[in-house]
Amino acid sequence: MDEARGQWVIALSFSVAYFLAIYPLPRWAEWARPEWVALVLIYWAIALPQRVGIGAAFVAGLLLDVFEGAVLGQNALSLSVLAWFSLLFHQRLRALNLWQQALSVFLMLGVHQILCQWIQNMAGAGAPDLWFLVSAVSGAALWPGVLLVLRHQRRTYHVQ
Amino acid sequence: MFLKDISSTRRFTTAVVLALLLILADLGFNQLHATRAALSNIAFPFYWLVDTGARLGVWGGENLVSRTSLLKQNRQLREQELLLKGQLQQMLALRAENERLRKLFAARLTLPEDMQAAELIGIGPDPARHLVVLDKGKRDGVYVGQPVLDADGLMGQVIEVSSTSSRVLLVTDLTHAVPVRVIRNGVRAIVEGSGKQYQMNLRQVSFTTDIKVGDVLVTSGLGGRFPEGYPVGVVTALERDPGRAFVSARVRPKAQLDRSRHVLLAYRRG
Repeated sequence: MDEARGQWVIALSFSVAYFLAIYPLPRWAEWARPEWVALVLIYWAIALPQRVGIGAAFVAGLLLDVFEGAVLGQNALSLSVLAWFSLLFHQRLRALNLWQQALSVFLMLGVHQILCQWIQNMAGAGAPDLWFLVSAVSGAALWPGVLLVLRHQRRTYHVQ
Repeated sequence: MFLKDISSTRRFTTAVVLALLLILADLGFNQLHATRAALSNIAFPFYWLVDTGARLGVWGGENLVSRTSLLKQNRQLREQELLLKGQLQQMLALRAENERLRKLFAARLTLPEDMQAAELIGIGPDPARHLVVLDKGKRDGVYVGQPVLDADGLMGQVIEVSSTSSRVLLVTDLTHAVPVRVIRNGVRAIVEGSGKQYQMNLRQVSFTTDIKVGDVLVTSGLGGRFPEGYPVGVVTALERDPGRAFVSARVRPKAQLDRSRHVLLAYRRG
């Protein structure tokens, strides 16, 4: 607890998330692309709230803005909100079973999407319809997978 | 526990205020080009990495084709080259004649632009935005506002430059607009992106404007951002609804926005 370990596991998981966040998808699947960076952030904020918190979320979000070419500060704002939720409720979230967790993740990703769309709209480039919410559904559906993979990595490399 | 909650709330407030300030600076004052360019240097290498997979595929494809198909392709390219060279001869004569006539009319000479080939290495992940990333950056002299073309027409303009890559806003993006004229009669208009993939709209065309389905629109050069005379799109549908103030006109982009991997950057000369 006193010594921070496995920094590189966290860094690597975020790198993979950025990689997946910009990997080109076919047209029909683009709206369903899950918010990988948000998923990884939620996992670490629940698992290691003393390590990955609002500061990390802000920096991760700012980078994501640059990756996407979005309004600067857009993802920084919404990921900070997600991290805050996860930190506040991390004990409760840990106690839930996988499907209840997936439901909470769905709600958080939905908030993330709506915040991002709200800011995009101010820039005059909002989504034309509500298809952007599909991404929250696919993200929640993938949550059990993300959780199991990252938990395995965390235990294997004793990240704490 | 209680103390920790207070500190996390304070951090959260700080983060939100900072983020809102950033958004305000970016949206309201357009002040963050330098910050963005600096951060892009971290982001764009990821685009390179993602693109490497595609590149390997292309490399494999190029090395594993049969000899007959190569010969066939070679013959086709030769024929195409001959055809283009033939057209170019005529073009040179026309250009000389055009410049002579312009001198006669004491009109401004149109300068030919320098071009540089660039390759597309990434597509913006947000389906609501139409953004792509190119493999040329500040090192190659790319600047913000530079026009980007493909073999068929205008693709868009550079909006962000890092040292080795740049981001391009495509003409179909909701926030993009180009001043154009109709090639048939010189009527001027503005073409806006619609956010949909193959569609742009003409802005504020009045009912008396002479415009027809099938009209080709080229850049007018007004506004000084885009060089004059590059094809932008073709009018595909006109709807004259008397209940509205303007004619709604749809335009299909000429450029192969979702196919072109090789594009051209046009440089202003002088």
